[in-house]
Amino acid sequence: MQTIDLSKIGLREMNKTLHAQAANTNQTTWEIVNPKGAHAIACGLDAPIEVTVKGSTGYYCAGMNQQATVNIKGSAGPGTAENMMSGKVFVDGDASQYAGATGHGGLLVIKGNASSRCGISMKGINIVVHGNIGHMSAFMGQSGNLVVCGDAGDALGDSCYEARLFVRGSVKSLGADCEEKEMRPEHLEILRDLLAEAGSDAKPEDFKRYGSARNLYNFDVDNAAAY
Amino acid sequence: MNKHDPKGIPHTTPRQSATFTQDVNSDIRRAAATGIYDIRGGGAKRKVPSFDDLLFMGASISRYPLEGYREKCETSVTIGGLHAENPIELDIPITIAGMSFGALSGPAKEALGRGASAAGTSTTTGDGGMTAEERGHSNKLVYQYLPSRYGMNPDDLRKADAIEIVVGQGAKPGGGGMLLGQKISDRVAEMRNLPKGIDQRSACRHPDWTGPDDLEIKILELREITGWKVPIYVKVAGARPYYDTTLAIKAGADAVVLDGMQGGTAATQDVFIEHVGQPTLAIIRPAVQALQDLGMHRKVQLILSGGIRSGADVAKAMALGADAVAIGTAALIALGDNDPRWEAEYNALGTTAGAYDDWHEGQDPAGITTQDPELMARFDPIEGGRRLRNYLKVMTLEAQTIARACGKNHLHNLEPEDLVALTMEAAAMARVPLAGTEWYPGKPGTGY
Ligand SMILES: Cc1cc2nc3c(=O)[nH]c(=O)nc-3n(C[C@H](O)[C@H](O)[C@H](O)COP(=O)(O)O)c2cc1C
Repeated sequence: MQTIDLSKIGLREMNKTLHAQAANTNQTTWEIVNPKGAHAIACGLDAPIEVTVKGSTGYYCAGMNQQATVNIKGSAGPGTAENMMSGKVFVDGDASQYAGATGHGGLLVIKGNASSRCGISMKGINIVVHGNIGHMSAFMGQSGNLVVCGDAGDALGDSCYEARLFVRGSVKSLGADCEEKEMRPEHLEILRDLLAEAGSDAKPEDFKRYGSARNLYNFDVDNAAAY
Repeated sequence: MNKHDPKGIPHTTPRQSATFTQDVNSDIRRAAATGIYDIRGGGAKRKVPSFDDLLFMGASISRYPLEGYREKCETSVTIGGLHAENPIELDIPITIAGMSFGALSGPAKEALGRGASAAGTSTTTGDGGMTAEERGHSNKLVYQYLPSRYGMNPDDLRKADAIEIVVGQGAKPGGGGMLLGQKISDRVAEMRNLPKGIDQRSACRHPDWTGPDDLEIKILELREITGWKVPIYVKVAGARPYYDTTLAIKAGADAVVLDGMQGGTAATQDVFIEHVGQPTLAIIRPAVQALQDLGMHRKVQLILSGGIRSGADVAKAMALGADAVAIGTAALIALGDNDPRWEAEYNALGTTAGAYDDWHEGQDPAGITTQDPELMARFDPIEGGRRLRNYLKVMTLEAQTIARACGKNHLHNLEPEDLVALTMEAAAMARVPLAGTEWYPGKPGTGY
């Protein structure tokens, strides 16, 4: 395992080193110490490596991730794993706003709670939150799955498209054009896989599914009050 | 004797209202019939103070002109040298503005790349992501990073020669994008991860940052991902140019793209286009002032857009302090948009060449703002590219002609002192004297 002391080499050198890892690198496990809430740690990775950050991170940790697995052994700042394409990101603590925003693929697991706008504009990413999520989560969510083992805040799934939202606890309120949907066997299947991958022992049968009512898909003046 | 008027009292002539004009009345009838606001493409059609209200004085005894065709007048510009390892080097200061694939057809994007590359300048992606056509045919391609993040991926980001974070557009400061269902082909839908045929509303705010402090961190992230190699531009609408330019510079932008209210859009509400934002002429000096106050003029480049049509406009923008300009609508017209050769078809759509602006409906007779395969086939990207190159060359020659007449051996040496204004409004906005005077409204020390 390679260890990088961020307080010694600085952000640029650290990311440069990680970016230099090719698909066939032998150095597949990395540890970053002294992150001290720095921004943009391990963003833009594109190799099958595993990076463990020993502490809390600032904005955009693991942003735009491809292939890599990033473990955050602390809490994560805003925009963690934003626009992730593939790979996995695990946050041991809580995540701030916009976790997994616009993500196209991969898996984001938050062991604690996630703040507002979790999965905003999600485009294919899978997100599993062991705790609760804040308001406006999955706003304009396009595709992918958001799984919440705890409760969801206000305006869940507002103006969402085809993203699937699964919540085990309560939903404070649904956003515009978001409704509860039938849980079909294929959904239980998706849930089972995601919960297993995320290390959660929650039972798929305890969740409810939410998604777009598709009333706002094409503009209709009679729906204007919903906006 | 008039049979309706048996007493022989003379009629007054029918008088149209200056308030309820034919245009206004047709808007009211349209609204009453449909219940939906009017959506269209293009920029503000109303008349606003513009570059047409400025004139160059030229040279005489007190100033010394340069010989046309014999003495050099440079046109090159470098954008983004402040923080980027590989700044953008352009032969001419006229760039092609970001226009989305989706709004424009694939071949139209290809033609923009061909024309811009042949003229030695850059082109820009748009909402919806980067297409292989435009990357392939553009020597220098600027990748837009927009609130919707449609089609946004790190592979394309790394293929870009510069990144433009779009905060706003002059046609709709504070507004998001709109691509209506009829233009969502399979290819567009796939690039945007959305079902075919539904209206796509692009967000008006970025999903993962708000405000200037966050923007600074977002720029840091983009630089880290691209290894600090390429310049990062920030595009803002002409809303509060002094503060927006200041904040963009503070956040670490290499260049500021400033878009006035005449600037085109693919589609938004007509009321937005006509009533929100400031004229291009009014936004330059405050932005340049911000650059100067921070000691960043000519270090952070200012790229101006919104209604740029000719070499004269280019020269005037540069004289007022811009480093380069960007064109959208004019480039589309050069490609063949709104050409009278399609008049019969424009008539069939209830409009006329020059006025056609329903770009969002996807029925463009010229085959440019459409995804319909039959209409698209009318447009030849090689011919379109050649026309755009010609037009860019003509604009450059025109700007050089003016600069030489003002005694300048580089377009960047044009200065406000070369200009006068024809109207009080233009004098105030451009901060150059009203023709025949030494004065403009607001001139420091004059008490007015
Ligand atoms: C068809 C069309 C599509 C556009 N799409 C975008 C876009 O995707 N992103 C963006 O920032 N601006 C977009 N714009 C605005 C241009 O980038 C630019 O600001 C504007 O066209 C400049 O004004 P002009 O048209 O008068 O030259 C678009 C403009 C047009 C005409």
